[in-house]
Amino acid sequence: MENNKENNTNQKSSESKKIKRRDVIKGLATIPVLGAFVYGWYKKQNFDRLLKQAIQEDINLDAVNPVINKNISKGNQIRIGIIGCGSRGRSLLRAAGFVHPEIIDNWKEEALKNKADKRYHDYLEQEDLNLVVNGVCDVFDINAEKGQEAASNLNREGSGGKMGAKPRRYGIYKELLAANNIDAVIIASPDHWHGTMTIEAAKSGKHVYSEKPMTWTVPETYKVVKAVKENNIVFQLGHQNRQNESYFKAKEAIKKNILGKINLIEVTTNRNSPNGAWVYNIPEEAGPGNIDWKQFIGPAPYHDFSLKRFFRWRCWWDYSTGLSGDLFTHEYDAMNQILGLGIPDSAVSSGGIYYFKDGRTVPDVLQMAFEYPDRNFSLVYSASLASNKKRGRVIMGHDAYMEVGEDLKIYVDTGSTKYKKKLDEGIIDPSLPMYSFTPGMKQVDAITSPTEQYFAGRGLLYTYRGGKRVNTTHLHIKDWIDCIRDGTQPSCNIDMGFEEAMTAHMGTIAYRENRKVFWDSDKQEIV
Amino acid sequence: MKSIKKITYSTTQLTWLVALRVLIGWYFLYEGMVKLTNPNWSGVAYLLDSEGFLKGFYISLASNPFILKTVDFLNIWGLITIGLGLILGAFSRIAIIAGIILMGLYYFSHPPFIGLKYSLPMEGSYLFVNKILIELAALVVLFVFPTSKEIGLDRFIFSNKKK
Repeated sequence: MENNKENNTNQKSSESKKIKRRDVIKGLATIPVLGAFVYGWYKKQNFDRLLKQAIQEDINLDAVNPVINKNISKGNQIRIGIIGCGSRGRSLLRAAGFVHPEIIDNWKEEALKNKADKRYHDYLEQEDLNLVVNGVCDVFDINAEKGQEAASNLNREGSGGKMGAKPRRYGIYKELLAANNIDAVIIASPDHWHGTMTIEAAKSGKHVYSEKPMTWTVPETYKVVKAVKENNIVFQLGHQNRQNESYFKAKEAIKKNILGKINLIEVTTNRNSPNGAWVYNIPEEAGPGNIDWKQFIGPAPYHDFSLKRFFRWRCWWDYSTGLSGDLFTHEYDAMNQILGLGIPDSAVSSGGIYYFKDGRTVPDVLQMAFEYPDRNFSLVYSASLASNKKRGRVIMGHDAYMEVGEDLKIYVDTGSTKYKKKLDEGIIDPSLPMYSFTPGMKQVDAITSPTEQYFAGRGLLYTYRGGKRVNTTHLHIKDWIDCIRDGTQPSCNIDMGFEEAMTAHMGTIAYRENRKVFWDSDKQEIV
Repeated sequence: MKSIKKITYSTTQLTWLVALRVLIGWYFLYEGMVKLTNPNWSGVAYLLDSEGFLKGFYISLASNPFILKTVDFLNIWGLITIGLGLILGAFSRIAIIAGIILMGLYYFSHPPFIGLKYSLPMEGSYLFVNKILIELAALVVLFVFPTSKEIGLDRFIFSNKKK
C-alpha cells in the first residue's frame, strides 16, 4: 500500500512536472517570433544603410540645411519709402513688417474657420527688421492711402488696433526721393518706371529694392548699373526666390557634378486664370479724378486715359516687359543663381496672343531658347497663361536630372554612364529620387518612404515642422536691409540684375523683331 | 463574455488563431519601429490629409505642435507595445482593444467613402472597406477568440485567475 502510495505521488509529481514544462513551452511559444523580428530588423537596417551609403558615395551632399541670412536686423533703424502701393507693393510692405489691418482681420477670421491656417500666427513670428516708413507714393489715391495705413500699423494689429502716425504721402515720386528722412526705397511701380526711378534714387543716395525686371529698355540698363555703382548704394532686385533653401542645395549638387554633363535646362510658366494672365479687377471708384495719369505714363508713349491700361498695364508693351520680363526673369534668376549662367550667346523666340484676345499686345503663349555654346547647353523657356499643366523647372544632365522647386529632387537617368553599375545592380531605382531635399526637414535623406516623398513634393511636410513657415520675400528684404547695415552686397545685386535684364531683353527683342539675337560680350551689347 | 473563456479549440483552430495574432502583432511592431527610427517621421501630413466627418478633429490634432508631438508619441509607442503584446501574448486583451481603437482612428481619418479624395495615394481600390477595416475586424475576431492564455505569456500572468 505504502509503495503504491509512493508510486502514486511519484507519478503525480512527474505529471505535474510535465504539465509545468508544457505550460512553459506554451507560454513562451511565440518568443522565437520576436527573435525572427529582431533578426529581420537588423538585416533590413543593414540593407538600407548599405544602399544609402552606396548612393551617398555618389551624392556626397551634406545633410545640413544651408545658413542663409545674417542676423543683424537689430542695428540702427532704417527709414524707408515706397513707390508703388499696388498689390505687389503692399505685399513688399507686409514682408518688411507693415501689414494693412484688413489683412490681419482676414487672417484672424480664416484662422478661426480653419485651425490649420497659420498665416496670422506666422506673421506675428516674422522678425522685426527695425524699419520705419517715412514716405509713400502712388499715382492712385486709394492705393496710396492703403499704403499709408499699412505703414502706420507698427504693432501688426487688425482694424481698430493702435496705429502709429501715418507717413507722408508724396504725389510725385521725385519728391519722395529727395526727402532727407528716407534712407532706402522700395520700388514697386510698373515695369516702365523701374529703371528711371532706380537711377534717380541712386543719384539721391537712396538704397534701392526694385521689383523685377530691373529695366524696361536696353539703354536704361547701362544707366542703372552706372548710377548704382557710382553712388555706391545697396541695390537688391526683387527675385525673392533667391532665398529658397532648395536652390542652395541645387547649387551644391551642381558643384559636385552629380548630374554629369548638363546639356538642357527647361523652365516654364504655367498659369490659367484671368488674374494669372494679368487681367486684374478694376476698382469701381477708380477714375481720372483719383489717378495721376500723366505721371503714370511717364517715359511710355502717350495714350488717352484708360482704366484697363492703368490696372492691367502688364498686358501692353507700352508699360510692360511681357512674359519675358515679368515671369521668365524669376526662372532665369533661379537658374543663374544655381548654375551661374550669365548672359547667353544668343536667343530665339516665338509665341502669340492665342487665348486672351482682350486687346493686349504682349503674348500669352511664349517660347524662348537661349544658347550657351561655351557651356554646351541650352536654356529653354516655355510659358502659357492658359494652361495649368505643371511642367516645373528641370536641369538635365547625362547622368541625372534635377527638379528644382520648393523642394529638390534628383533622379538618375536610365542611360547614365556614371551610375550604370548601380542601375544594373538595382541599387538605384531611376523612378524614385536618388536624392531629395525639403527645406525645413530636420535631416536630408537619400531614401525616404514613398508616402514621405509624395508629401514632400507637395510642400506639405515641412509646413509645421519646426513650427515656422518662412516667407521668402521677407528674407529677401531682410537680406537687403542687413547689407545696408553692414555695407555688403545682397544676393541679387546689380551685376545679377544686369544679367537678368539683358537676357530678358534678348528674348523680348527676338520675339518682337522675329529674329535671332546675339550678345556681343566684348562690347557688352545686344546685336 | 464569460462563455468566451471556456472555449476550447482544436489544435488547428488554436494554431491559426495564434498565427493571426502574431502576424498582426508583427505588422504593428514593424510600423512602430520604422516610425521610431525615422527622425523625420511625423503624422502631420497624414492628419492634414484627413477627410470625412471627423476631418476637423484630425486637423486640430495637427495644428498644435504640442498635441501633435503627443499624438506622434502615442502612435509610435502604441504601435510598438500593441505589436509586442500580440506577438508575446502579454496583456493581449488590452493590446487588442488598443489596436481596435487605433485602427478605428486610422479608418476614420481616411475613410474610403464615396466622393472623398486624398493626396495620399492608395495602393488599391476601396469602397467603404479597406485593409484597415479588415485588420480592425481581425482584431475583433482575436478578442472574441482569445488565445494568449493558451499560447502566450498571459498563461503565466493570469495563471491564478485561470485556476
